[in-house]
Amino acid sequence: MTFEYAPAPESRSIVDIKAKYGHFIDGKFVTGKNHFATINPATEEVLSQLALGGASDVDKAVAAAQKAYTKTWSKLSGKERGKYLYRIARILQERAREFAVLETLDNGKPIRETRDIDIPLVAAHFFYHAGWADKLDYAGLGKSPQPHGVAGQIIPWNFPLLMLAWKVAPALATGNTVVLKPAETTSLTALLFAQVCQEAELPDGVVNIVTGDGSTGSAIVKHPGIHKIAFTGSTEVGKKIARAIAGTEKKATLELGGKGANVVFDDAPIDEAVEGIVNGIFFNQGHVCCAGSRLILQEGIADEFIEKLKVRMSKIRVGDPLDKNTDLGAINSREQLLKIQELAGVGDSEGAERWSPACNLSAKGFWFAPTIFTGVTQAHRIAREEIFGPVLSILTFRTPQEAIEKANNTPFGLSAGVWSEKGSRILWATQQLRAGVVWANTFNKFDPASPFGGYKESGWGREGGKHGLSAYLKEGK
Amino acid sequence: MSFYGIVDGSESSLKHFLAQLPGVDQVGAEARAAMLATRSIKTTSKRWAIDTAITMVDLTTLEGADTAGKVRALCSKAVRPDPTDSTVPSVGAVCVYNDMVAIARTHLDSIGGQHVPVAAVSTAFPSGRASMEVKIQDTQDAIDAGAAEIDMVIDRGAFLSGQFGLVFDEIVKIREVCGDRAHLKVIFETGELVTYENVRKASYLAMLAGADFIKTSTGKVAPAATPPVVLVMLEAVRDFYLMTNRRIGVKPAGGIRNTKDAIKQLVLVNETAGPEWLTPELFRIGASALLNDLLMQRMKMDDGYYASPNYVTID
Amino acid sequence: MATTPKKPVARLEVKKTYKLYINGAFPRSESGRVYEVVSSKGISVANPSLASRKDLRDAVVAARAAQSGWAKATAYNRGQILYRIAEMLEGRTDQLVTEITLATGVTPKKAHDEVLAAIDRWVWYAGWSDKLSAAFGATNPVSGPYYNFTIPEPQGVIAVAPAESFLSFIDAIAPAIVSGNTVVALVPGSAAIAAMTFAEVLATSDLPAGVINILTGSHDELAPWTASHMDIDGFDISGISKKKRADLKVAGAENLKRIHHFEGALSPTRIYAFMEAKTVWHPIGV
Repeated sequence: MTFEYAPAPESRSIVDIKAKYGHFIDGKFVTGKNHFATINPATEEVLSQLALGGASDVDKAVAAAQKAYTKTWSKLSGKERGKYLYRIARILQERAREFAVLETLDNGKPIRETRDIDIPLVAAHFFYHAGWADKLDYAGLGKSPQPHGVAGQIIPWNFPLLMLAWKVAPALATGNTVVLKPAETTSLTALLFAQVCQEAELPDGVVNIVTGDGSTGSAIVKHPGIHKIAFTGSTEVGKKIARAIAGTEKKATLELGGKGANVVFDDAPIDEAVEGIVNGIFFNQGHVCCAGSRLILQEGIADEFIEKLKVRMSKIRVGDPLDKNTDLGAINSREQLLKIQELAGVGDSEGAERWSPACNLSAKGFWFAPTIFTGVTQAHRIAREEIFGPVLSILTFRTPQEAIEKANNTPFGLSAGVWSEKGSRILWATQQLRAGVVWANTFNKFDPASPFGGYKESGWGREGGKHGLSAYLKEGK
Repeated sequence: MSFYGIVDGSESSLKHFLAQLPGVDQVGAEARAAMLATRSIKTTSKRWAIDTAITMVDLTTLEGADTAGKVRALCSKAVRPDPTDSTVPSVGAVCVYNDMVAIARTHLDSIGGQHVPVAAVSTAFPSGRASMEVKIQDTQDAIDAGAAEIDMVIDRGAFLSGQFGLVFDEIVKIREVCGDRAHLKVIFETGELVTYENVRKASYLAMLAGADFIKTSTGKVAPAATPPVVLVMLEAVRDFYLMTNRRIGVKPAGGIRNTKDAIKQLVLVNETAGPEWLTPELFRIGASALLNDLLMQRMKMDDGYYASPNYVTID
Repeated sequence: MATTPKKPVARLEVKKTYKLYINGAFPRSESGRVYEVVSSKGISVANPSLASRKDLRDAVVAARAAQSGWAKATAYNRGQILYRIAEMLEGRTDQLVTEITLATGVTPKKAHDEVLAAIDRWVWYAGWSDKLSAAFGATNPVSGPYYNFTIPEPQGVIAVAPAESFLSFIDAIAPAIVSGNTVVALVPGSAAIAAMTFAEVLATSDLPAGVINILTGSHDELAPWTASHMDIDGFDISGISKKKRADLKVAGAENLKRIHHFEGALSPTRIYAFMEAKTVWHPIGV
């Protein structure tokens, strides 16, 4: 007897995508130039045309942000700033379904995830930071810490609206104004967010959105009117930014790549650990900087664990992101798909053993089956380089010390996971792991109150929690 | 008895085996169950699920006030849940106290319900607090009266005080009494066991002792068949099959009141133990009010508008 | 006895009856007593219930029963519920202004300022719920292989006796409940009027029954019973006159009640005063 799940599509009638978009500057939607297509990666259907922001667009946006900062935003009390953020949070909750569907269409991730994880977290980030706006004296930075002024924010395509919330909410709560560039493949929810700013009656120029590509981002980074830069993206671009601002007074926070190690001890709660490994690498198609992309497994339980992992993986439903039962959606772009395929090919040629469950992948759109490689060592490229896709490299260890050494043996340091039922072992491991976020007996959990960021080449600074405020403030008296 | 070659029947062998089972992380197990509850089962798959759920219902009456009349009405409903629609299948079984078994069996046979088995609760249900002799007699009486299924309760007091050998031996004895005349379901009363680890241990203990089915609850104690509890039991039968090549059934009972709840259970089965368990041979749902909600949902799917309780019969 | 105006009206207003607010419901005082609130112009405004010590007893039972559930809610959830109450209060601004003006004799402008200030303070406190651990918790560098952390927790059932104004009432209850305590409020005199409108907002909000309980009446009568009640954990006596405080503290010593009074508002110390700090040790080792 098989239990087939009939299609359960979420309706797309709730979204209204325009044929063409410009930028959002000084509280108004303005026309742009040099349009390029943005597509639905599950179907390759063209969703809209986006403008490529040039130097003059960035100039106007920074000027608007500067004017808003000087004339309006810096003159408001924290209490009033907080109320704008509360309004934004409420409107996001009201329009949650619309944002979830739009994000799924634009990004390719399953509707269940945008509906249950991304969008609720977005609203939560605004709520959390709204409450800080008038309590900055308690942020641990002395009395009356001051904002920097205008923040330039560049965000990636993997969690478009959530990354926007992580950037905009603390910036505004602390009194800064913002020029934000969403990723070129996923700008639609940012542009819809601009509507929310208008609905909330946010003063003109406090939030400005300029769409475009790497050149637009570069123009923002280099603009003399930007006092603080917040970037989430690849380590490679993060280093470029660090070099570009080296001679200036500009402050930057960088949230970059990772090659997270998920360490499973033999006393782990096995079924939940299997679930945690699956969540760690296949959540969001593996397009997660803090993905658990290396499974570091105690050798004694390796065979049994990998068997269970395979059984669990064969239940992963790959398909239409708008179907409520889809677990794994589309890869965000052809470019990213090629990268994943290339590195998976490297894994093959390096002698690791590849396995995927049988999947019916559509011919149109960008798809990659959930994949594991066994027989991987630290010397393999697929154990070192970030693949940013649904590909797990599996290594084994004999002793706890060896597990930690392997986990730390990377220039990255964003995340790690530890699976064990023994409390002292978990605390010992978390103490040894050189990672900014350590998950014990869970993975990929996020909360606005929980600081997030990396060690080493995974970046500078933290986002979220009390710690995340300091990036946007100058120390007070 | 060989106990699948896994334990030797002694308490120390059993305790050793149970102690090496992996623990269950409460938060992780509950998160997995919650994720599976988001599955959206619509149209054809929903219609299939409703009919399947009907065939899995153990239609139950276990009240002090039960009478012959009440039991007969229940049996009629069990055979023909909807007298106006003959496409509605019969339920999986009728579940009554053992002094009602004969009445149930006779009545079922007289209305064309020979295919519907009678399950009897046994061993001083629901508390399980009586001597072994009484429990054996309880079981024997039910089988002699025509019960093809025995739903026994474990001694929770013994379990919670670590006397696993005692719990094990009781199941072995009742299994012997059942012989090949009745299948044995073992009820854990998971609400009293509280932790998921205890549910896992009880599952293996019961399966090794000879259970044909493991069952969550008596229906007299809440919480009963919560999704994470059923998840843990399904994981146990899945893994037990890999160890022994024998599939043991699972029966959640208590708290499954409507179609949505029932479908969530089927999804749990499908994605945990596997589709092989989606048959009344291996999955039953202990319920009473559930059946009418399944019927109303079935009507809505066929007719296209919402149904009313006036259009389904009471038992 | 106040006089009521005798001019005939075209449409007679449906006037509100004032009762107590206990466990999410509106019972009258078990004593059957009321007291009169008279406006500055001598007009009879209302007859709020005069709460008795038995009402206090019932309110404490309700607050205790609700406390563990309220504390177990996530900080985010508590913040959401409190924020929504602010939304509803904003909608009732005009009603509150009318009531405060009538009952206390202040000018409508002052009443309006007071109501807006109260709403803003409520929002300020609501925003603290998910920041308390960051502000008052810590991980502690002990000399040994132990992970040691301090986490602030709510104390339990807190009684508050605010001064006779809506703003004082808000200032007293908000900091007490944001951390997960539940509250029994002793609201004196004319402040009963706006406080009971506030109770209507609570009754229609998502705040679980029993988290806030409101007893209108006399501080002189109820404060001593409150101070000696063995199932109350803390008592905010900001609205009790200075010379009466010492006796209350003597009575409270019986169960080492945490008794405080505050001069200012908008301070997280008002929150922290009704929290405890729990410190946990756990070895670090393979």
